[in-house]
Amino acid sequence: MIEESYLPLITWMVALLAVPAILVLRKNPNAREGATFVAALAKFALVLAMLPAVMAGRVLRFSFGEILPGIPLEFRVDGLGMLFALVATSLWILTTLYAVGYMRGLKEHDQTRFFTCFAVSISATIGVAFAGNLFTLYLFYEMLSLSTYPLVTHHGDKAARSGGRTYLSHLLGTSVAFVLPAMIYCWVKSGGDMSFTDGGFLAGKIGAGDGLIVLLAFTLGFAKSGLMPFHSWLPNAMVAPTPVSALLHAVAVVKVGVFCILRVFTGVFGTDTLESLDITTAVTYLAGFTVIASSLIALTQDNLKRRLAFSTIGQLAYIILGVSFLSANGITGSVMHIAMHAFGKITLFFCAGAIFIATGKKYISQMVGIGRQMPVTMTAFLLGSLSIIGLPPFGGAWSKWYLFLGALDAEQMLMAVILVISSLLNIAYLLPVAVNALFRKPPADSGDDATAGIREAPVACVIPLSITAVAGFVIFLFPGLVYDLAQLLISNG
Amino acid sequence: MTEHYPVLILLVPLFGALIATLLGRERQLACWLTALISLGVSSIFAIGNICVLLASGEGELRYRMGGWNENSGYEVGIELRIDMLAALVVAVVVSVGLINTIFAKTRVAGEMREKVAFFYALNQLLIVGLCGIIMTNDAFNLYVLIEITSLTSYALIAMGNRRAALSSFNYIIMGTIGASFYLLGVGYLYIKTGSLNIDDIHTVLQSGKLWGDASITIAFIMIMIGLWIKMALFPLHGWLPNAYSYAPGVVGSFMAPLMTKVMVYVMLRVMLWLFGGAYIYTSGLVWGELVVWMSIIAIVAGSFLALARTDIKKMLTYLIVAEVGYMVGGAWLADGAGLVGSMYHILSDAAMTFCLFLAASIVILRTGDHRLTAFNGLFARMPLTMIGFTIGGLSMIGLPPTCGFFSKWYLISGGIAAGHWSYVAALLFSSLVNAVIFFRIFERAYFGNIKGVVDEQLPDDGDGAPPLTLERVPLSMLIPLFLAGISVLLVGFYNQTLVSWLMDVIPPL
Repeated sequence: MIEESYLPLITWMVALLAVPAILVLRKNPNAREGATFVAALAKFALVLAMLPAVMAGRVLRFSFGEILPGIPLEFRVDGLGMLFALVATSLWILTTLYAVGYMRGLKEHDQTRFFTCFAVSISATIGVAFAGNLFTLYLFYEMLSLSTYPLVTHHGDKAARSGGRTYLSHLLGTSVAFVLPAMIYCWVKSGGDMSFTDGGFLAGKIGAGDGLIVLLAFTLGFAKSGLMPFHSWLPNAMVAPTPVSALLHAVAVVKVGVFCILRVFTGVFGTDTLESLDITTAVTYLAGFTVIASSLIALTQDNLKRRLAFSTIGQLAYIILGVSFLSANGITGSVMHIAMHAFGKITLFFCAGAIFIATGKKYISQMVGIGRQMPVTMTAFLLGSLSIIGLPPFGGAWSKWYLFLGALDAEQMLMAVILVISSLLNIAYLLPVAVNALFRKPPADSGDDATAGIREAPVACVIPLSITAVAGFVIFLFPGLVYDLAQLLISNG
Repeated sequence: MTEHYPVLILLVPLFGALIATLLGRERQLACWLTALISLGVSSIFAIGNICVLLASGEGELRYRMGGWNENSGYEVGIELRIDMLAALVVAVVVSVGLINTIFAKTRVAGEMREKVAFFYALNQLLIVGLCGIIMTNDAFNLYVLIEITSLTSYALIAMGNRRAALSSFNYIIMGTIGASFYLLGVGYLYIKTGSLNIDDIHTVLQSGKLWGDASITIAFIMIMIGLWIKMALFPLHGWLPNAYSYAPGVVGSFMAPLMTKVMVYVMLRVMLWLFGGAYIYTSGLVWGELVVWMSIIAIVAGSFLALARTDIKKMLTYLIVAEVGYMVGGAWLADGAGLVGSMYHILSDAAMTFCLFLAASIVILRTGDHRLTAFNGLFARMPLTMIGFTIGGLSMIGLPPTCGFFSKWYLISGGIAAGHWSYVAALLFSSLVNAVIFFRIFERAYFGNIKGVVDEQLPDDGDGAPPLTLERVPLSMLIPLFLAGISVLLVGFYNQTLVSWLMDVIPPL
């Protein structure tokens, strides 16, 4: 079943190899962005090259040295890692295109630094996706925190600086304070073994009391998941340029957080162990609370990116909620939601950025009637919203369906009700944005000329958001790949 | 030849010191070359020592000074004993000394002027003293060597600026008290056991007959307090911050990483090889719990005090106070993993402190500012220096793949295995405080001037400011920093090898 291969290593390295190229070509923006494109395409192709083997139920493995006693640096590509890598690398290509349009459209400074850090961040994300043991996971988790800091603080003004402080203090602080000791505790308890295994390497080695503490330490410590109460870094990170918010803070970074938690549930403890120890209730309630609370906060936000950020917090909590049910349907829903939410939310962020480039508007209250100027963008926004809400015929419907089934399987009626209420709240905070923009006239005093005709953002921005919006529909028709990769996790666990 | 390596490590710099003195003040370059060559040769012997140890497979080397033995009519004499821990620490001391000497080339001429020869002589003597402390197997000889290092370091510190003389005097008082405590303790041991050889004392003590004896208890307490003063365990740390930060830059960058670490090594030696684990942890004064709590206080207090400093070097010296707490706590957890963590941290802390002090020296020299404001905008203007500083800083915080992460790993796993959760919490707390301390600096270095902070020393780093160009930092300073930064990473990367060596050193508890 396990197959030694260099492909995971090469896939991980491709983005890093782009860094020297980006730096060398810094004087020539077109060549510089060309390097990023080549790396992004190569990375996606390499991930695709591994897909057949993974679909056939094999696990590709690469391990290097022994960093700590008994613990090598290890890459391991299984269904879950493959799904995440597919989502992250495919969206990196689109985001690069979008970023070129966005950064040039706004004539941003320090674009070389921007693209360099972006490439390093993607590399770290793939490192997390392919990590074969807890130590490797932690290594790339920290690498991601550090490499995204310059992106969050890109503007270098006071808001960026304070956003960056919140960002690092939350992400670094929780990982050092909670994950590090929990990880070392696991190392001591398991006798030096930290490889993710199908039944969990802690199975049978940990009791209910310390198990609960370790589980909570991991769940709260991987604060990239945005679980309350350590969520406030995410809205504050919205000071970053929009491509960063789109790929990193709707897909890569935040999904790394929930991905780590999924790994802890399935690879560290194992769902059977968690079920017999009966310690996941706390996580379920924490996630349920986050789902409702973040949706309510999202309703009050007038800044579009901040509203989307709180929406992300809620959607991520769905994923944690689903896995905490420990049922096959719940986990299927969680894994699928990683992909479905990614396509939906990145569309919304792309749209938010496009609106900002074309009109300079950040606040929802200013966007009434804007659909006349930007029909493509706002239509995409509508489609993305519907996918996030979970309405057919969009991808989000599938994952929400399985999450709901998972709640019923686990006999968590309260959580099932919360899922329903949350979907209603999603409608309340997302739909009015698109509907007001598309179907209402701009207010007379807004200074917008209703007859000005179409003024879209640059084509480089409009194409990616159209693709992701359509992808949300396509993935509803063909959810097979996502579903099968999710099933790999369950059949093995 | 190979059997003489231990003594050659000592003799070469000793003669180097003599030659440097003889060369006098006029021949600065010759003095520097002498120091460089003698320490270089000494480093080769130190590394040779490690190789001999690995090849022999016996775990320790012994060297009798002058070749004394029972047959030649002498039953006592000075013996050197080198196990892997000692060999590693000696290698660290000598190589840090060597790298620091390279670093000193341009600095010393500017900082000390007519005292250049004395600096090189004293610096080599200090290294001889430290290596002697590490290798000697004789409790009284250890005292003599502690005094040698102390006397040379008093003189070296006093070479600094105006405030250095007073802080050196302060150090003399505290240091002498510490040494006296140690000497009294050794006196008690000599009276009760009739020997000064560490092995002999250990053999007598191990029988257990003397364990309840008040003299032994007092000897133990006195030796420990003496060593704690010398290693600056909070609250006995008062002498350290001023002494190290007002000392000349090159003196600070040598003493800060090594002096306290060597004293921690002596504490381990006294605990495990003189009194023995059985006495320390189970049968004598059962102090473990108390001392670990003292170390927790040291860690927390050191971190807070460092956080409150705006002076770069003061801040770093208080971090040393916290780091001493790490090692003392690890040593007293009565757990194998804690001991290994403590030993490994001696190596890794030496590497990262050295790296930070070198970088700080360069920054202070180039900007002329000794406060944190010196770092404003430095990532753009002194990128190489800042890379070195960043590696050291990340290691202090404990982020992989630097060595600081791995020493925290072993220390925390020791704390978990011993069930000492408050020690674990203190280590994590200190990591978080270090993160605040260093990211505060990184933020300055990354963004440049922060509004509201008056900054007279630096030109405004707006667009028009002339960048501090790299060529103004001589290679003789950048290369040592580079080597120190690499060693931080290498000690981390080879942690597994080092730890497996150190595991074999620990005697059965």
